[in-house]
Amino acid sequence: MKKLIAAAVVAAASVGLVTAASAGTLDNVKAKGQVVCGANPGTAGFGVPDQKGNWTGLDVDYCRAIAAAIFNDPTKVKFVPLSSKDRFTALASGEVDVLIRNSTWTMSRETTLGIIWAGVNFYDGQGFMVNKKLNVKSAKELNGASICVQQGTTTELNLADYFRSNKMDYKVVTFGTSEEALKAYDSGRCDSYTTDRSGLAADRLSMAKPDDHIILPEVISKEPLGPVVRQGDDQWLNLVKWVHYALLTTEELGINSKNIDEKVKAEDPEVKRVLGTEGKFGESLGLSNAWVVQIVKGVGNYEELFERNVGPNTPLQLARSSNALWSKGGLQYAPPIR
Amino acid sequence: MSVDIGGRPSEAKVVFYNDPRIRSLFFQLLLLGLIVALFWFAYDNTVANLRKRNIAQGFAFWDVEAGFDISQTLISYSAASSYGRAFWVGLLNTMLVSLVSIFFATILGVIIGILRLSRNWLVAKLATVYVEIFRNVPLLLILYFWYRGVLGLLPEPRDSIKLPADIFLNTRGLLMPKPVFAEAFVYPLIAFVSTVILGAVLFWWARRVQARTGQRPKAGLFSTSMIIGLPLIVFFLSGSPLSFDVPVQGRFNASGGMTLPPEFVSLVIGLTTYTAAFIAENVRAGIIAISKGQTEAAQALGLSHGQTIRLVIMPQALRVIVPLLNSEYLSLTKNSSLGVSIGYPDLVNVFTGTVLNQTGQAVEMVSVTMLVYLTLSLLTSAFMNWFNRRVALVER
Ligand SMILES: N[C@@H](CCC(=O)N[C@@H](CS)C(=O)NCC(=O)O)C(=O)O
Repeated sequence: MKKLIAAAVVAAASVGLVTAASAGTLDNVKAKGQVVCGANPGTAGFGVPDQKGNWTGLDVDYCRAIAAAIFNDPTKVKFVPLSSKDRFTALASGEVDVLIRNSTWTMSRETTLGIIWAGVNFYDGQGFMVNKKLNVKSAKELNGASICVQQGTTTELNLADYFRSNKMDYKVVTFGTSEEALKAYDSGRCDSYTTDRSGLAADRLSMAKPDDHIILPEVISKEPLGPVVRQGDDQWLNLVKWVHYALLTTEELGINSKNIDEKVKAEDPEVKRVLGTEGKFGESLGLSNAWVVQIVKGVGNYEELFERNVGPNTPLQLARSSNALWSKGGLQYAPPIR
Repeated sequence: MSVDIGGRPSEAKVVFYNDPRIRSLFFQLLLLGLIVALFWFAYDNTVANLRKRNIAQGFAFWDVEAGFDISQTLISYSAASSYGRAFWVGLLNTMLVSLVSIFFATILGVIIGILRLSRNWLVAKLATVYVEIFRNVPLLLILYFWYRGVLGLLPEPRDSIKLPADIFLNTRGLLMPKPVFAEAFVYPLIAFVSTVILGAVLFWWARRVQARTGQRPKAGLFSTSMIIGLPLIVFFLSGSPLSFDVPVQGRFNASGGMTLPPEFVSLVIGLTTYTAAFIAENVRAGIIAISKGQTEAAQALGLSHGQTIRLVIMPQALRVIVPLLNSEYLSLTKNSSLGVSIGYPDLVNVFTGTVLNQTGQAVEMVSVTMLVYLTLSLLTSAFMNWFNRRVALVER
């Protein structure tokens, strides 16, 4: 009932706030002195606060990169933890300026929710986790299984599709938060827990005995995850989009937080454009021309973000695979800054 | 001037706008008009703003394929069914869990309420402790307690507790054989219904005889054996038209049969134990409200303590209790929406949760859901008012 009231308030707010929120997000953000980001309430590697309230994660660092680009200070951010089912309403109603919270880019979300994706910061797909003792080696063996899932996700729909198209039977148990779903799975209520594979890797770490569980090899969906903004504010959309491309471009050019001071002096014309010693690319976004320098100094490039939060040397141990640069056989590709 | 017939002073003719009735009618209409205008404005504004922000609106989604599954469905439903169908599934689940919980909470609440007034010190204290605990712990924690702490400790399917008659108990719930009725089952059913009616007539007749003569004819044994015996005979004569679909152990869990899912059971137990504490307080208040003279008079007549409560106190206390119960029932129904946190697919889980998220139409979903809860509340109140009028003391 409380959630219901909250939803009603959000719905009512979305009606009232329309003039305030539709345009001029950047001016708004500058006036507030901080970027308000919708964040994951607790998925390791993507967005999770520690006891002291310090947030870490790839998505969280994206938010900091935006703040660095605007304020030359990655700490000028405020994180609002949002559950899967509240996130888009919170964005559409203007409660947050940008939503960076492992959200899958889908057609219906973009055509009916009044929101738009600014890019893909993590290419993912849905997978299944099972307890080792069940001795299941493939998702195709899950006929008759009970599966725990969190609502308000693409996960719920992919799951139904997968079992329908493979003509298998299953029992779904749907929870409001992933913590509840995971707890139920852990207590044996379900044979399997399903979400994005990155989410599985993260959620597994929060379980009592992570090593008792394996992630099955099948990837049953495409989950392009990325930052989302409201429709109708192209300036802000551009800004978020190009912050993402700046993170990729700097990796591509070998510019990182350690060598940035040397690179600023480089003679290479592309590097000069990117780092703002030539051209007015920052100004055209409503920022300082040193915006990319600010981003890299503030948080690093895409590679550094990836390695720090989800890469092979982190507890998540995710490989770059699809998230490698296009030049290294991956899907991450930034249009040229010129 | 009119002629003064009845001895009353003649009413001076007033101008119509000074007539209190016309005046009040005018202001009522004005208020109504304002409210309608306000609602229309809110509606119009919402529609315009949603359109401006490219947010979908309207009820076209109702017939669109839902694409997700639901764990407990009282009517047939699959991922290929529509969002509208999902709405009904959720609504029926809400009504089911509310009705079952109201039933048990009432029984438990009345018992504990009476026990709190017990003359046995220990019993009274235990009842007090119960009430204090369950009234002061948030319902969500109570639900987690039953779901994770109690039912969550049941063994996994491979180590199911096997009960007689092919019943299994494990983390997936209580699995039971499912009765499969053949067509011929109507014959024993007809036999049963007719014998019950006959039994009722006999009972009524016996009471009349008792009222007239003071002697009660011994019809009880005859009725009972008739109600049990005749349908049984018909059952076997029509070839035992009943079989059972027995759960069989599969790779993950037994399949077939029917299952009482732990989400439903935990929610019923949670709502029952929580609401019973409030009902107990209402019952206690109702009993205390009856003057002590009633008890003394009853005792003077030689009624036992139990008889005093049952025959003298309770019928009077109900007048106080029933209106209070109404509001407990209403909050129980609304509280059932917490079921989403333990995976129970009620209306809020299915409709305001998943459907809202897949369609993104918060305004429509929340309006429909509020309308549903309002309707359920009004229906409950209407029923309780009717019941209250029935139990109200007829003053002579
Ligand atoms: N990518 C999917 C699922 C994203 C998602 O919500 N994942 C879950 C499981 S890792 C999560 O972040 N849950 C955190 C929470 O709500 O507590 C989507 O956009 O629908």
